[in-house]
Amino acid sequence: MINLIIHLALFLIFPPFLLGVINKTKALFAGRKGAPFFQTYYDIFKLLRKGMVISSTTTWIFGAAPLITLSAVLTAGTLMPLGSSPALFSFTGDFLLFAYLFGLARFFTTTAALDTGSAFEGMGASREVTFAALTEPALFFAFLVLVKLSGSLTLTGMLSSNFDSLIYPGSTAPLVMVSIGLFIVFLTENSRIPVDDPNTHLELTMIHEVMILDHSGPLLGIIEYASSLKLFLLGSILLNIIIPAYTHSLWLNWFIFTMAMIGLSVIVGILESSIARLKMPRVPSLLIAAVLLCGSAFILLLR
Amino acid sequence: MNELLNAIFVIILTLNLFALGNGRLLSVIRIVAFQGILLGILPLLIHSHLTFSVILSSLAAITLKGLVIPGIMKKALRDVQIKREVEPLVGLLPSTIIGAVLTAVVFLVYRRINPVDQSHLSLIIPTSISVIFVGFILLTTRVKAISQVLGYLLLENGIYIFSLLLIEAIPLVVEMGMLLDLFVSIFIVSIITNHINRAFSSLDTRMLSALKE
Repeated sequence: MINLIIHLALFLIFPPFLLGVINKTKALFAGRKGAPFFQTYYDIFKLLRKGMVISSTTTWIFGAAPLITLSAVLTAGTLMPLGSSPALFSFTGDFLLFAYLFGLARFFTTTAALDTGSAFEGMGASREVTFAALTEPALFFAFLVLVKLSGSLTLTGMLSSNFDSLIYPGSTAPLVMVSIGLFIVFLTENSRIPVDDPNTHLELTMIHEVMILDHSGPLLGIIEYASSLKLFLLGSILLNIIIPAYTHSLWLNWFIFTMAMIGLSVIVGILESSIARLKMPRVPSLLIAAVLLCGSAFILLLR
Repeated sequence: MNELLNAIFVIILTLNLFALGNGRLLSVIRIVAFQGILLGILPLLIHSHLTFSVILSSLAAITLKGLVIPGIMKKALRDVQIKREVEPLVGLLPSTIIGAVLTAVVFLVYRRINPVDQSHLSLIIPTSISVIFVGFILLTTRVKAISQVLGYLLLENGIYIFSLLLIEAIPLVVEMGMLLDLFVSIFIVSIITNHINRAFSSLDTRMLSALKE
């Protein structure tokens, strides 16, 4: 029971904090003091209290899209095991549902962007879909590797069986490759720096930000919250692979998981401060590298 | 120990792909340097007991491949003032894909011709051959002299991995001789590129074949 409460609380309340950690890390690297850790929460609450301006050219899709995105991501969250705790719902093949719920969320975000009729937003939607077409194979190859290693078709079975190298001989090499590939997918899906910069509004390279330009007030708040949840969920796939073992103590497990999550955010912050954003035509090569990595990991297992 | 070794091998293979796909020479030098440091760690893991010669060869590899040679290359790069490889003969993305496909083929073929599971050495030979192939791709498809030197370094890294199999048999002198050879050749090539640049104001090696009296 207490495990369930922590699970839900961590999943629902914790994610915006990670964005705060990333921004604080970036600020420290730039020599600034930076916004407080809880800034994202303040932003979301501020946005929820405001009124909305909705363009008269839009249809119902524009208003519904953020809600559908949020509910799709929340549903995906119920399928994801966090740390040592199993997922709330688990059934055979739920990783397909997980991947396609993200697909649904993306579909409605891009449709809402197209719905505004702005050429600028259409450009962002086009980029988002192009890159998603490349990250999805990488994600599926990674899932295939995990299915093959763990012999389980559920996310809980795939991710919470700690891949002990004694139980699964030869598992370290493919898992290292999958982790590198998934990290690239993680950065791309959350519009982090080598692909997209979430903090600027530059026409040349904007992807996610450009699609939500016309959203305001509560709708924008919902989008911000949903994207932080997405960061949290994709990060926890990665962490479940990387963290080798958990203890028997409940509190210690949650502590390890939370600290690892914060550590991942710090790494993202360091990466964002130390490398530059890629040129737009070069992004697909990075994503193809991710697909190749996860694919080779699968070959390594099958050979 | 064995799992750790395999993990290092796949990181080396990953670095190969990034070296092929990267257009900035400085980043490629950094990637090759990191690969050199990883190579230096390998002899320590492969052997159950640490002898003086193993530690010496590991230290020499780390200093030469990871620090000294990249330092020389960076200096050469500064002297000739080029930042990125423009128009390689085969584009960056195609060469990455060729490299990945070759790696996969090597792994599959190796499994086919050698079905015996040599438990702990299973990745050494395919990794070394893949690294050699990627070195070849870099060596043959790039036009700037410095990129070709990087290809040569990768090739040498592949040979080094292969020689790890024989480290018990190869005396320390031979090992050191190989490293010294590599060091001297890189040293000379770096000086030569500088001179080529001063004489011809370009490092494009295609122009060298059209030399006249």
